Amino acid sequence: MKNFGFSLSKDRQIDFDKSDKRIMDFVKIEEPTFNICIACGTCTATCSAGNFTEMNLRKMITLIKRGEITGVRAELSKCMLCGKCSLACPRGVNTRNVIFKINQALEKYSL
Amino acid sequence: MNRKRVIVIGGGIAGMESAANLASMGYDVTLFEKSQELGGHLLGWEKLFPTMRMGKDVVKFLDKGVHLAKVNIVKNSNITNASKNGNLFTVSCGDGAKYESEALVLATGYDIFDAKRKEEYGYGIYDNVITSAELEEIFLSGKPLLTTKGEIPKRVGIVHCVGSRDEKVGNVYCSKVCCVTAVKQSIEIKEKIPDSNVFCFYMDLRMFGMHFETLYKQAQEKHAVNFIRGRLSEACENMDGSLLVKVEDTLAGKPLRMSVDILVLMVGMVPSEGTKKIGTMLGMNFGANGFLKSQDQHTMTSISNIPGAFFAGCCGSPRTINNVFADARSAAMMTASYLEAYDIEERITYI
Repeated sequence: MKNFGFSLSKDRQIDFDKSDKRIMDFVKIEEPTFNICIACGTCTATCSAGNFTEMNLRKMITLIKRGEITGVRAELSKCMLCGKCSLACPRGVNTRNVIFKINQALEKYSL
Repeated sequence: MNRKRVIVIGGGIAGMESAANLASMGYDVTLFEKSQELGGHLLGWEKLFPTMRMGKDVVKFLDKGVHLAKVNIVKNSNITNASKNGNLFTVSCGDGAKYESEALVLATGYDIFDAKRKEEYGYGIYDNVITSAELEEIFLSGKPLLTTKGEIPKRVGIVHCVGSRDEKVGNVYCSKVCCVTAVKQSIEIKEKIPDSNVFCFYMDLRMFGMHFETLYKQAQEKHAVNFIRGRLSEACENMDGSLLVKVEDTLAGKPLRMSVDILVLMVGMVPSEGTKKIGTMLGMNFGANGFLKSQDQHTMTSISNIPGAFFAGCCGSPRTINNVFADARSAAMMTASYLEAYDIEERITYI
């Protein structure tokens, strides 16, 4: 096809009716404190990896709940499982186990 | 014995409680209610946050209050005039009856925001868009929550701040009760339809009251209610009658759309027509938001600009039920101290 110099932008919108909620459904059952996150960002503020990389657990949890899972594996690989986030969470979310369970879901569904 | 008389206008929580308190102090109290039943908006509410106790229990408590203290009750009252002449208040009703008193308490409450004014949410246009008050009526009736096609909803969306904190409709204030009502109603939907998914769309969650935060956590922990931070831009109807909502998920930083089977609008409080009408007849001051204005926000609550005229409850500002009780008792106290010639105004050292 002739190239007119235009490109199509990919839709940024989350289409909740079609997005992939397999990780969310798995983690919700395996680590129920996943549900009580209020997205305050304390985990991300204390995150050792987050000081040097784009690792952002708060945002990752939000995106997984919306079924937006592209890039989760790459982002999670930056986590060193130090567990500081679990100590800091004001809501009692077992964040370290949430990360474990996200990893398990990635393996289970070959994502 | 010549007892001093008090007129209380409005038979909701605020009016009933201030009337009961004033009558129990020995005053001759007459309570006016425009409808045929005392209880106000509370009559339309099944369970109350945060304890989930029945609204009718509170109505019974109020009823007992006015009856034990022998408050004179005028129901179906159509007040055509209210004024102060000299030291006496006069209230005239449509049937020609006239009442006089030495003091007056206005407790004319709030009206529910007309959700049709937020046209972009489709209330009155799409069948499956309802208000929080209508959801409460369904709960109260004992009927199941169904779509207009008679199906059990799989997904329910709840929109916070409808008619509140919104300059587009001219209401810049927070209605205070809607956030926790959304949490309460989410839990009730999940209890009735455990397989459903409930999504709350909020700007902030204002869980200011004691135990509100616990209820919020319970909604997440026990009922897996979803909270998405972002204000809906619009709702439109899909071919199948479900609703497509558009919102920015501000925590994900992305626009989001989803279909819901029923959309519930958390309608806020606006000053009632009765408050506007009778407040104006008496010459009371109104604040910038259209609610009655007290002499001082901190120190002179319930005290109007007319000596001897006081106000209680949601005609002054949106309030929760326990705040209305406190306010009604406070207004009763201020009314009684006025009748006993206590001059609170002499304490004002500023202005």
